[in-house]
Amino acid sequence: MKKDLEKQLDDVVENYNKGRISRRDFVKFIGIFGAAAGLIGGPFGLVRNALAKKNSITCHSWGGSTSEALRKFAFDPFTKATGIEVIDAAFTGMDAFLTQVKASFPPGGEFNIAHLSAVYDYARYTDLGFGVVLDETKIPNLKNVMTKMTDTLRAITKGTLSAVPYDLGQTGIAYNTDKISRAKAEELGASILFDKSLKGKLGSWGGDFRTNMWYAALHTGQSPNNMKDLGAIWNALKEQRGLIKKYWASGSELMSLLANNDIYATVAWSGRVAALQKQGHPVGYLAPDGTYSWMEYMYVIKGTDLDVAQKLLNFMLEPSAAIAVAKGQNYPPSLDPTKIAMPDEVKKLPAFDPTGKLDGYLFADPVYWNKHQIEWAEKWDRIMAGR
Amino acid sequence: MKNKPWKPWVLLAPSLTAVFFLLVIPVCFVIVYSFWLRGPSGQDIPAFQFGNYAKFFKDFFYPSILLSTLRVALETVFLCLVLGYIPAYFFYRTESRLKPFLMVLVMLPFWISFIIRTLSWINILGDSGLINHLLLKFNIINAPMPMLYNEGAVIMGLLQYLLPFMILNIYVSLDGIDKSLAEAAKSLGCTEWQAFKEVTLPLSLPGVSAGCLLVFVLTCGTYLPPMILGGPGNEMIANLIFKRVIGTLDWPFGSAISTVLMVLLMTIVYTYNRYMGISQIFKTLSNES
Repeated sequence: MKKDLEKQLDDVVENYNKGRISRRDFVKFIGIFGAAAGLIGGPFGLVRNALAKKNSITCHSWGGSTSEALRKFAFDPFTKATGIEVIDAAFTGMDAFLTQVKASFPPGGEFNIAHLSAVYDYARYTDLGFGVVLDETKIPNLKNVMTKMTDTLRAITKGTLSAVPYDLGQTGIAYNTDKISRAKAEELGASILFDKSLKGKLGSWGGDFRTNMWYAALHTGQSPNNMKDLGAIWNALKEQRGLIKKYWASGSELMSLLANNDIYATVAWSGRVAALQKQGHPVGYLAPDGTYSWMEYMYVIKGTDLDVAQKLLNFMLEPSAAIAVAKGQNYPPSLDPTKIAMPDEVKKLPAFDPTGKLDGYLFADPVYWNKHQIEWAEKWDRIMAGR
Repeated sequence: MKNKPWKPWVLLAPSLTAVFFLLVIPVCFVIVYSFWLRGPSGQDIPAFQFGNYAKFFKDFFYPSILLSTLRVALETVFLCLVLGYIPAYFFYRTESRLKPFLMVLVMLPFWISFIIRTLSWINILGDSGLINHLLLKFNIINAPMPMLYNEGAVIMGLLQYLLPFMILNIYVSLDGIDKSLAEAAKSLGCTEWQAFKEVTLPLSLPGVSAGCLLVFVLTCGTYLPPMILGGPGNEMIANLIFKRVIGTLDWPFGSAISTVLMVLLMTIVYTYNRYMGISQIFKTLSNES
């Protein structure tokens, strides 16, 4: 289209030079050309892009090895098979991404699929009106997904799904095996994060009040989804603050702190620990009773072309694609191991459940945690700040 | 030009339009949001109420973070001033042919990403960083010194970011001082120190104050150094705004904190302008003397 316009402009210039058209007409043609060029490129290029990109879909994920695995084993093969381009994008964190979605216009309209984590965020996106109702008949591979995972999401969206579960993870405890014996770690369990002998060598995730309260609950003998003695939780966290060297803010910072021996124990995402272990660092993984488990899912955001999205989600749930992605990102897939045979590499990943029932896995109750979000997040900020 | 007073406005129109749409309108949005309410899931509910401001001032936690930000800003200003005046004075006095090269060295940090510069301190100050590694290797210490994840590290990060601003401001001011004035003072019996104290230093004060203002304002709004280099309790007000806006989707309260910070900084800049004149900063930026 742009080339056609350029040719037309050349014709106009040539005609003007040869005196076939008046100066007034020449200026008029130039004006029309400018307007057309503006619509194709410049700010109005968005219109053109929106029309041209109908055969594409955007997927936001965690960047790094996760995005790489998705691109290599799911997106590129999907594009090859269907001709539909998957635009691979990364977000800096779930909270920041939710802010972007909320700030988009129309809200959510600039985004398609997001690789989100934790059920409470499924509830938050849904409550903010960003959800859709997926046509499950168009995602036949959904039948291979662990029932407990889909049921958990269905409970929030009244029996329907706005996302498909994709992988499983835990926020367990990472510890330096050169400095802390396995026996000591197992004996202390969650209390290793509050152990005074590790003063100045402990870390924690500063960006999430839930993780910190969760382990304080385990440390004080309470159920994380029904904490009765909040005073004990806050006191434990206040005491722990004096032992903490760094409240980390990202997965890469977590890995850097552990790899450089800056800290010896911290709450940690299971996939990151697996990555450190693969790199040969002396890092152990501890999952005490009540370990904070979560599922990741591909959330389809309102305004997305559902036919394309469902086609992509079904492709991503193909066992060959899902297992390859799982190996690449170090998190077990959402596929039920009793229905789909898993390779040994996946079976060894932290948080893998061979039964497919997830009976021993404790997830955060979205209603309970979202209800107290502001109050507890602000309290947590005070504790971190030492005030 | 005298007959056509609108001409300057025509020339300024593109800049003024950009400032209006990219600064004035967003700031107005922030102010409007600060009166709104947050819904249970993070929705913004239009309203006109002062609850967000009341929350900020009623609870000492938020003013205390603001005060601690101001304290860190003042410490940074003081250190930048002490560390910045010496090289600026050296550039003023030196006749060396290397002077342009040395000036480029001052600007050199700007050529590297701020995030990279900040992160690099982890490899220098960390437990297994360069300094601790060398001290341990030569048996000067037995265990790593805790140099990272504390206020000192934050100020270090701020210094490497802001020191060039201070040096350049002071240098521009000094460069405008006629060197023969100090020579005249000495010929009238002043010692070198007295000539500096009575002549050069007072004349360089506009540049000093401009540098102090820039460093202070930039420190108050800084976000990265406390996040990357700070430890528990080293948060500054920008980190708190980030948490409220991003972490809890509480845009109205985040906007209220931003507005409080903005009003405070505007008051400081207004006071500065009243007594010192804001034009000194523009002199530096345009490299006039």
